[in-house]
Amino acid sequence: MTEKIATRDAYGKALAELGRTNPDIVVLDADLSKSTKTDVFAKEFPERFFDMGIAEANMIGTAAGLAAAGKIPFASTFAVFATGRAFDQVRNSVCYPRLNVKIAATHAGLTVGEDGASHQSVEDIALMRALPGMTVIVPADGVETRLAVQAAAAYKGPVYLRLGRPKVPVIFDDNYRFAIGKAALLREGQDVTIVACGYMVGEALAAAETLAGEGVEARVLNMSTIKPIDTEALVKAARETGALVTAEEHNIIGGLGSAVAEVLAEEYPVPIIRVGIRDTFGESGSPADLLKKYGLTAADIVEAARKAVAKK
Amino acid sequence: MELAPETKAMLEDKAKRIRRHIVSMLAEAGSGHPGGSLSIADIVTALYFQVMRVDPARPDWEDRDRLVLSKGHACPVLYAALAERGFFPVEELMTLRKINSRLQGHPDMKKTPGVEMSTGSLGQGLAAANGMALAGKLDKKDYRVYVILGDGEIQEGMIWEAAMAAAHYKLDNLTAFLDFNGLQIDGPIREVMNPEPLAEKWAAFGWNVLTIDGHNFEEILAAVEKAKATRGKPTMIIAHTVKGKGVSFMENQVGWHGNAPSKEQAEQALAELA
Repeated sequence: MTEKIATRDAYGKALAELGRTNPDIVVLDADLSKSTKTDVFAKEFPERFFDMGIAEANMIGTAAGLAAAGKIPFASTFAVFATGRAFDQVRNSVCYPRLNVKIAATHAGLTVGEDGASHQSVEDIALMRALPGMTVIVPADGVETRLAVQAAAAYKGPVYLRLGRPKVPVIFDDNYRFAIGKAALLREGQDVTIVACGYMVGEALAAAETLAGEGVEARVLNMSTIKPIDTEALVKAARETGALVTAEEHNIIGGLGSAVAEVLAEEYPVPIIRVGIRDTFGESGSPADLLKKYGLTAADIVEAARKAVAKK
Repeated sequence: MELAPETKAMLEDKAKRIRRHIVSMLAEAGSGHPGGSLSIADIVTALYFQVMRVDPARPDWEDRDRLVLSKGHACPVLYAALAERGFFPVEELMTLRKINSRLQGHPDMKKTPGVEMSTGSLGQGLAAANGMALAGKLDKKDYRVYVILGDGEIQEGMIWEAAMAAAHYKLDNLTAFLDFNGLQIDGPIREVMNPEPLAEKWAAFGWNVLTIDGHNFEEILAAVEKAKATRGKPTMIIAHTVKGKGVSFMENQVGWHGNAPSKEQAEQALAELA
């Protein structure tokens, strides 16, 4: 792999870039701007940046008020706090009135690493996905993050952007066109489809490479929009490859795997194996050690793909 | 503050009409919250008929003053005031809480013209009002933001996060009213979870604090003017009120927090408010 960029770094840059062309963009943070990278925006546009202190509920509520008065607020903190600590505010002050608030949460999933389970969100996609009217986007790399930030700002309504702490390989080139609700086909294949999001997209591509060596041609779909999910791409994959594996850095309950299973159970039932966190909290450790221990590596995806193919 | 006799008479008449609507709507709906609606009827009347710059023909006019009813369960008073002010037909008040109505059991800004924020989950309105006030400052607009909090509602921790933020960002375009009627569902606030001392708490959080009789129009309007003249701080107007004000058998009775009057009770109440 070549270049590596953390999606949170791409977010910080994209936000500042957006601020230059759109005066309605305002940014809120809850004392984590150096980590979420909203400090890049804060330095350039101090009058449009609001540090709300360690008070996430109030941050989301304030963002709702700013949106009600015509602003496009991006509110950032760690995913575990944005979706858990402030859930009722996201529900009642943002989603119910369908206000134009963008929640860009970083440090999602196990790859937070050493800080441990209290800081590792394994349930945020499930929480946000269950809210009526919420759009949920999990960019795979820096390029897609920048495009997703732009798309979120252009879209009118609540958006949850799930970003990560570690540097991840750059997957897309400058020709990539991102659209909310559209999966990206990263590798063609007819034997099985691996549907991945976020950090796991890189692992999915590595797994497809390994599978090819065994004579199994795996299709890889980057499902960066978890909601609304690309039903057409999923049904096509089910029809043409007959088995699916989902891969996400999230609980297998309520996340990408659940979303895919829900669609295909109704539209085109085929075997599906979910790779993800198996309904447990994480722990302290390096991201690499955690991903290995909790079954979130290319090898785990390969194993799941073999099982899925065997079930056809 | 001296009020012209005709202004005072107009406000008293409006407040009475609004109280009558509250009783009728709730009796028709068969559920809802009369006590805390009646307690702020005079404040809401003063805001919509003397204080706030609004245009019923343009509910989304960007220069309008805004009221966030953070104690959303008191929405019958808000709906009654909006209808009387011309935001929607008075007859529509009788659809409160019914299927397909624009008048939800708690305020819904997407459904009801003139409602500025969807509220109902207590504690959230002050943060939203802060956001509107911040936006006003950013855009150099002269609109003012009003918010009404319940005295039980301030038991929510988020209120104090927002209280801190409003002072930190020097939101002098924000004026809050605290409906200090002393009662919440489970009983007197002092017994359930005492939030007092109120004035000292808000002052300690950096607010300009005024204390008034929330049923006296001169005091309400004078406090609003003092708030407008205050620079660098948000203003909290602690309004001493009577829960159920205006209906003898509801006044100071905690049981009327969240129970609708029967047809007979409504008739008695309307007779008192004639």
